[in-house]
Amino acid sequence: MTRRPAALSLTALSLAMALWLTVPAAAQEEQTTAPFAYRQLDDPAKEQQAQALMETLRCLQCQGQSIADSDAPIAGSMRSLVRERIAAGEQPEAIRGWLIERYGDYVSYAPQLTSLTWPLFALPVVLIGLAALLLRKRFRRGEAR
Amino acid sequence: MIAELGLAALWMAAALAGLQLLAGILALTGRGASLGGIVRPVAAVQGVLALIAFLCLIAVFATTDLSVKLVAMNSHSLKPLIFKVAGTWGNHEGSMLLWVMVMSLAGGFVALVERRLPEPTMLATLAGQAFVSLGFYAFLLIASNPFDRLSPVPEEGNGLNPLLQDLGLAFHPPTLYLGYVGLSVAFSFAIGALVTRQVGPAFARAMRPWVLGAWIFLTLGITAGSYWAYYELGWGGWWFWDPVENASLMPWLAATALLHSVSVLASRDALRAWTVMLGVVAFSMSMIGTFLVRSGILTSVHAFAVDPQRGSFILALLAINIGGALTLFALRAGTVTEGERFALVSREGALVFNNVMLSAILGIVLFGTLYPLVAETMGAKVSVGPPYFNPMGALFAVPMLVILAVGPMLRWRRDSFARVGRSLVIPAMLVAAGIIAMVVVGGVGLLPTLGFALALGLGWASVLPLKGRNLRRTPLPIWGMVLAHFGIAVSLFGMSCESAFSVEKLVAVKAGDATAVGPWQIKLDAVEPMAGPNWTALEARLLVRYGDYGKVTQLDPQSRSFWAPPQQTSESALLTRWNGQLYAVLGGEADDGRWQLRLWWKPFVPLIWLGGVLIALGGLLALLGRVASDLRRIFAREKIAYRRGRMADLQRAQEGEEP
Repeated sequence: MTRRPAALSLTALSLAMALWLTVPAAAQEEQTTAPFAYRQLDDPAKEQQAQALMETLRCLQCQGQSIADSDAPIAGSMRSLVRERIAAGEQPEAIRGWLIERYGDYVSYAPQLTSLTWPLFALPVVLIGLAALLLRKRFRRGEAR
Repeated sequence: MIAELGLAALWMAAALAGLQLLAGILALTGRGASLGGIVRPVAAVQGVLALIAFLCLIAVFATTDLSVKLVAMNSHSLKPLIFKVAGTWGNHEGSMLLWVMVMSLAGGFVALVERRLPEPTMLATLAGQAFVSLGFYAFLLIASNPFDRLSPVPEEGNGLNPLLQDLGLAFHPPTLYLGYVGLSVAFSFAIGALVTRQVGPAFARAMRPWVLGAWIFLTLGITAGSYWAYYELGWGGWWFWDPVENASLMPWLAATALLHSVSVLASRDALRAWTVMLGVVAFSMSMIGTFLVRSGILTSVHAFAVDPQRGSFILALLAINIGGALTLFALRAGTVTEGERFALVSREGALVFNNVMLSAILGIVLFGTLYPLVAETMGAKVSVGPPYFNPMGALFAVPMLVILAVGPMLRWRRDSFARVGRSLVIPAMLVAAGIIAMVVVGGVGLLPTLGFALALGLGWASVLPLKGRNLRRTPLPIWGMVLAHFGIAVSLFGMSCESAFSVEKLVAVKAGDATAVGPWQIKLDAVEPMAGPNWTALEARLLVRYGDYGKVTQLDPQSRSFWAPPQQTSESALLTRWNGQLYAVLGGEADDGRWQLRLWWKPFVPLIWLGGVLIALGGLLALLGRVASDLRRIFAREKIAYRRGRMADLQRAQEGEEP
């Protein structure tokens, strides 16, 4: 049973890294295009903000991993983008909005309330109602005796 | 040859399952009462045949018989033997055979051992078990034959995903499957009891050890899976709300609810319909989990649609089994009376409340897992992840944890909070202190704060049921309950601390450079190449020290390259102290000779899994206690029967002498 096999990203990675000789080159390329993929922001508060946001953004290449826990190149460049924008003073939700606009709802692990996703948000209300009903019915009858 | 033997055993087992179903039904309807006698032996032989089939598959994997397609696709001659064997169930066909094997063995075991229930109920139970097995045999033989041959025979196999070449993962799926399949027995008991209208304490007592056993394995399976993801994926996360994880969590939630309601039914004869319903739901969740993982639907709805045979097959099985069971339940629910009544404030009342909360969490997880699939069929891709599951789950988990602290101290039938109020003062103060402490620390989210505070209160409250008891005479199931509830507090404490206090450090350092994360001083000593049986690696030598005066310890994280299939993995290095874990990962090399290191200090993180193990141990104590008292009862009954027999003999002898 494979848990989160990340097949796509790993094939992409393994292509680049099949030979040890190519590793430094790959790493170099990654670093020039995505300076903050593996580098934290100096301001701890901002880094924390960035980290919290990254944990809720989906790596588009992997299966079921956030960009905060993926080695895929695209996750690296998205991390870099998030950190750069946070460093520039942008609000996390604005960055999420920008990414959703660009890549679609799929990129955000936090579902946004839309005409499509409203059942997700209606569910807890329904469940609370059902639970209350069930418990009330159960104990009303119990006490009537 | 071995492969053909396995296939033959599988076919025969399937035929016997058919016979078991048919004989059971005929005996029940009264047309073939004489057939009732063969059901138990047939069930036992069927289990043995399934075991033989599985052993044959292990044999072809162990010898890397590449003429078998499954071996060629998933194994490699250079793999260590342990992973060749574990590779047997590291693929679709093998894991389904494992599932069926465990299920048939469990059925055979029930057939041989369980003698407490009325015979018709047992026949219906075994027929139900045969019905479910038959579906899975058909699935194996028609849509995923593990013994298919391959021609021409390839020179070498494709190998096993390196992420799966790990001891933890070798035993993770079998553990989960034991849990899933234990629930199938509970399901069959529920069906048997419904068919013969025998829902009562006897049924609950027969079902309870299976539910307990299944629940123990599920708990261990989830705990092991979480730890595996934590150290193997190399990013320090331990739960991702990934659909595959949810697939194992959902049966656990249902089994937890079932476990508690079956106890109420066994000792109080209450909650009859609710217990049967949960028995059906728990196994349904196991099957839904298997469907999600095995059908390929998770990669994408479209991937499923391209090769729909397997997925459709499991979906059909799912619909028949769940639909059939629910229909039966709907037909019979009216005739199942509710059983004994109880007040809102009572042990039963607390258990019912928590059962409802567990069911609501199950609803959230199920809906959140399936909704992206539904949305995809409507043409839109959405993701549902931690930002949804965490708060929505907590909405129901927090009240549940509060009641969990109170419930075990309440009396059966009717009680008042005033009576137990005094003993809850300290837990309540601990909760308040926890919240205040987190607010003072500052910057901690709402959920970790609540989790931390509740863990403190629950930790204290969970041992209160032992107060005033003679500890030597306290029954094992009570110890089990206390241990399991304490385990929940321990695990929750670990989760909250990990989430609130983890420190992360990403650095690029040259050999000889030092850095720090949290209280740790870390120096990169060297990076050297290494070779294993089927991989090469770069290994970093890190010298680490806790605080300014701690002992210097060496840590060796690796970056491994497997060549069959070609893939790279990070082998993280962990250093455990009593108050947390240091987590180190070696990344790539930069152009200037510096190495990427990912370092985390995670306070109290091991408590998450320690708590999981405690929960499972608690289950084990309860199981041992129940089985021991069952055995005592059987011995006592046999003794009485023996004495009665002796008396009758003596009397007859006397009567014979008199005339």
